[in-house]
Amino acid sequence: MEFILLIISAILVNNIVLAQFLGVCPFLGVSNKVSTAIGMSGAVTFVMVLATMVTYLIYTYVLVPLGIGFMQTIAYILVIASLVQMVEIILKKISQPLYQALGIFLPLITTNCAVLGVAILVIKKDYNLVEGIVYGAATAIGFGLALVILAGIREQLELADVPSGMKGAPIALVTAGILALAFMGFAGLV
Amino acid sequence: MNQVQNFTKGFLKENPILVMVLGACPALATTSSMINGLGMGLATTFVLLGSNTVVSLMKNLIPDKVRIPAFIVVIATFVTIVDLVMNAFVPSLYEALGIFIPLIVVNCIVLGRAEAFASKNTVWSSVVDGAGMGLGFTAALGVLGAIREILGSGAIGGFKFISGDGILVFILAPGAFIALGYMIAIVKKINKA
Repeated sequence: MEFILLIISAILVNNIVLAQFLGVCPFLGVSNKVSTAIGMSGAVTFVMVLATMVTYLIYTYVLVPLGIGFMQTIAYILVIASLVQMVEIILKKISQPLYQALGIFLPLITTNCAVLGVAILVIKKDYNLVEGIVYGAATAIGFGLALVILAGIREQLELADVPSGMKGAPIALVTAGILALAFMGFAGLV
Repeated sequence: MNQVQNFTKGFLKENPILVMVLGACPALATTSSMINGLGMGLATTFVLLGSNTVVSLMKNLIPDKVRIPAFIVVIATFVTIVDLVMNAFVPSLYEALGIFIPLIVVNCIVLGRAEAFASKNTVWSSVVDGAGMGLGFTAALGVLGAIREILGSGAIGGFKFISGDGILVFILAPGAFIALGYMIAIVKKINKA
């Protein structure tokens, strides 16, 4: 039951992009087409779960025993950057189709603040390892959901007559705002 | 390019958030009031100044292949400094900005300037560039914060000038997206004219 609440809260109520403003750059950057949005969501889910797990272990078993908790930011960003690189290399070796689907998105993920954000939030919220992994996965699904919905809307917007000044980023942001308004409807759910 | 132009380009012509749409996450998340927006902007400016200076000093020492990880370590060091200093001296602002202080590390503006400018230019130009970009970002965040605070709670800088509530949605998440969208559209118009 606890996990169900955690999952619903992370996907719908506290959606990572629309309520917590993490990962807005890729949210705006790769939401032009539904197919790329799906690829990006897959890559983010993969990396986010792995990164949450690894950073949690590093924090609990390396940083805390050594008393260097303040090195969190530096340690995390290095871990995430090398993790992404490693995933890319392994994926290329073992699964060519998966690499072709996710490959181009992987380098972009290093600077996706949602990944680092979730890793920090898991420590801040005092989750244990299992809760952390579930939270990471659910958050990634929430990110994917928002990204795919926005991409669907933007594909339709291509055909609409948008004033020249509003083309591109501005109309995407206003659309995202209305989407966020819709997601606020979930507020009482948990 | 002279230094005055180098400094002022960050405000309108190449404003990091309003023209290049970099660093949107902190711009949306921390601008529920003008003070928070300015605080976030200044924290980012400090990191940008520090990283631009160090990166341009070390540009000949860092091998080309590992430059991105090296830049990230430099940036993360300055972010940790800001994190600790703000925690010690402005705890209430630190509380309000929360997770977005450590997240300056992944703010595309900082790495973007290190890669696109500081690694190719002299120290002095890089300092001026960092100051201009940082203050341009701060100004944009301050204006966005002020707009949201005025519309959302009928106050400016914490000073309330209406009785009752404002348009609450502007304090909440959707208002941030919508206000930033319109600001970008307006700046686009100004730059074109």
